[in-house]
Amino acid sequence: MNSPLQASLISTIPLRSSRRTRIRYVWAYLFILPQAAFFLIFSLYPVIMSYVYSFFDWSGIGPLQNFVGFHNFINVLSDSYFHSAFIHSFEYMFGQIVLSFPLTFLMALVLNWEGLKGRVIYRTLYFLPVVTTTAIVGIIMTYVFGNQNSVVNDVLISLHLLRNPVPWLAAPFSAMIVLIVVGTWKSFGMMMIYWLAGLQSLPVDVYEAAKMDGAGFWRSMRHITIPLLLPVAAVILLLSVVNGLHVFDLVKTLTNGGPFFATETADLYIYRYAFDAGIPQVGYASAAGILFGLTVFALSVALGWLVRTVRNRLNGGGNG
Amino acid sequence: MNRKNPLHYLTHVILLAFGVVWVYPFVWMISASLKTNLEVLNSGMTLLPKIPQWANYLRAWSEAKFSVYFLNSVFITVSTVAIVIILCALSGYALARVNFPGRKVILFIIAAMMFIPKGYTIIPIYQIIKGMGLLNTLTGVILAESSGAHVLFILLFMTYFAKLPKELEESAEIDGAGFIRTFAQVMLPLSKPIIATTAIMQFIWTWNSFLVPLVFTLSRPELRTLAVGMLSFVGEYTTDYAGMAAGASISLLPIILVFVFCQRYFVEGIAGAVKE
Repeated sequence: MNSPLQASLISTIPLRSSRRTRIRYVWAYLFILPQAAFFLIFSLYPVIMSYVYSFFDWSGIGPLQNFVGFHNFINVLSDSYFHSAFIHSFEYMFGQIVLSFPLTFLMALVLNWEGLKGRVIYRTLYFLPVVTTTAIVGIIMTYVFGNQNSVVNDVLISLHLLRNPVPWLAAPFSAMIVLIVVGTWKSFGMMMIYWLAGLQSLPVDVYEAAKMDGAGFWRSMRHITIPLLLPVAAVILLLSVVNGLHVFDLVKTLTNGGPFFATETADLYIYRYAFDAGIPQVGYASAAGILFGLTVFALSVALGWLVRTVRNRLNGGGNG
Repeated sequence: MNRKNPLHYLTHVILLAFGVVWVYPFVWMISASLKTNLEVLNSGMTLLPKIPQWANYLRAWSEAKFSVYFLNSVFITVSTVAIVIILCALSGYALARVNFPGRKVILFIIAAMMFIPKGYTIIPIYQIIKGMGLLNTLTGVILAESSGAHVLFILLFMTYFAKLPKELEESAEIDGAGFIRTFAQVMLPLSKPIIATTAIMQFIWTWNSFLVPLVFTLSRPELRTLAVGMLSFVGEYTTDYAGMAAGASISLLPIILVFVFCQRYFVEGIAGAVKE
């Protein structure tokens, strides 16, 4: 499989290579082989074919022969449901980040406080939703927020925060709010752990020096913690943007895109055309997947550039 | 330890209140799973059931086929974890210990894989499994679940194996062990922490996976995993709230237990991933 590769690199092997080295090379290739095969078949080939399919009018059954050029792309781009699905993905991502970014940072600061007892217990508690099955959580939440006799309404009414039960999942706006709140609850612990890892990697001696100079909590926060954490913050932002835009399990089980497509996100839209339609439109779904994938990719490249700029500026500032 | 500090107490009060809200959905789930349907409807806020209805679990387990879903989930998850560990340990070892021609190319491909814009790759994966004649089989689901470049795990194994001293390998070879015996009997047992991290993380990912089993079991209900089975259950029995809660508890309790007992490996793995 990789003999052309070997042939092209054979010149780099030292001529005196002993028998032992050659045997080791053979073993190394054999060790790489299973993962390489898996990679070629289940990673690289699907990525390539996800582009190829998008240029065909194809239901997924029978030969791939009806080449239609950019026709699928034009159709996707002119579908108003795709536009709104696209926007919903961004609304969800944006809402979730606005809510969880500052809150998780605050929580990580508190849990990083060494004088606090029981930090591990709190960490476990807040991390718990992360490890649970999103699809199951989505289903439980349909009952928690459900329209009649729901737990949330009962609680809010008994606290006199609400007079009449709210049909949370029946109205477009509140359904999106529920998705964002549940999504935030679900991923909160993950983001918190990222922040904690960042906080724990900060150099202790800098803080000690600042303390000697008489800097209080807020001043070391402003002049040490926040500037030093900017690269970590940028990475967290990047991960949350990509994860938030690709939300599927939660939407599928909690609202299934409803009421009437009001919370249908891009991945749900694509799924609908690929697997949920009477006759699947695989080519069309692939085109939508490419358009959305390229958008997410462009955004993450921009954010990656931000990560690098922040890091470089920090290093430059440290030296100067 | 300044216990007199009122800020200390206030922090604990806030953290605890927050924590109660945080786990409330799970507490509600377990409480509802032990109530009658009428109780779930009328006394949503009271957590303790009048008489614990263990029959709900029995109904979910046998009648609603959660026993089948559970076994499918276990089988798929365990197989996937085993495959991923084998693939990653082998390739990580080769990349770390042998400077074979083409090693740099492979490292470059691993890094570059993260920077390729992808389309909707589940469709081609579906077509490959179909082409192999494995559609509507558990093997097909396992193969699809084991797909992915496993970049994080390969890197974890690679950096770990690279750190082990050369003398270990040499003394094993003097004792007459070949490449594979040195790996299997000397080096692999030393990498237990990485195996544990990989196992826990992959276990949680596969157990929680939804899209792959959903797509691959559309026409075969007996192959459903817990997550997919749950969705079809609430579609069929819309008013069996207690049964729903019992099914959800059956699905979530194993993963919660795995996490609580092995969280060190999981949290460290994630923290390691973000630092890379």
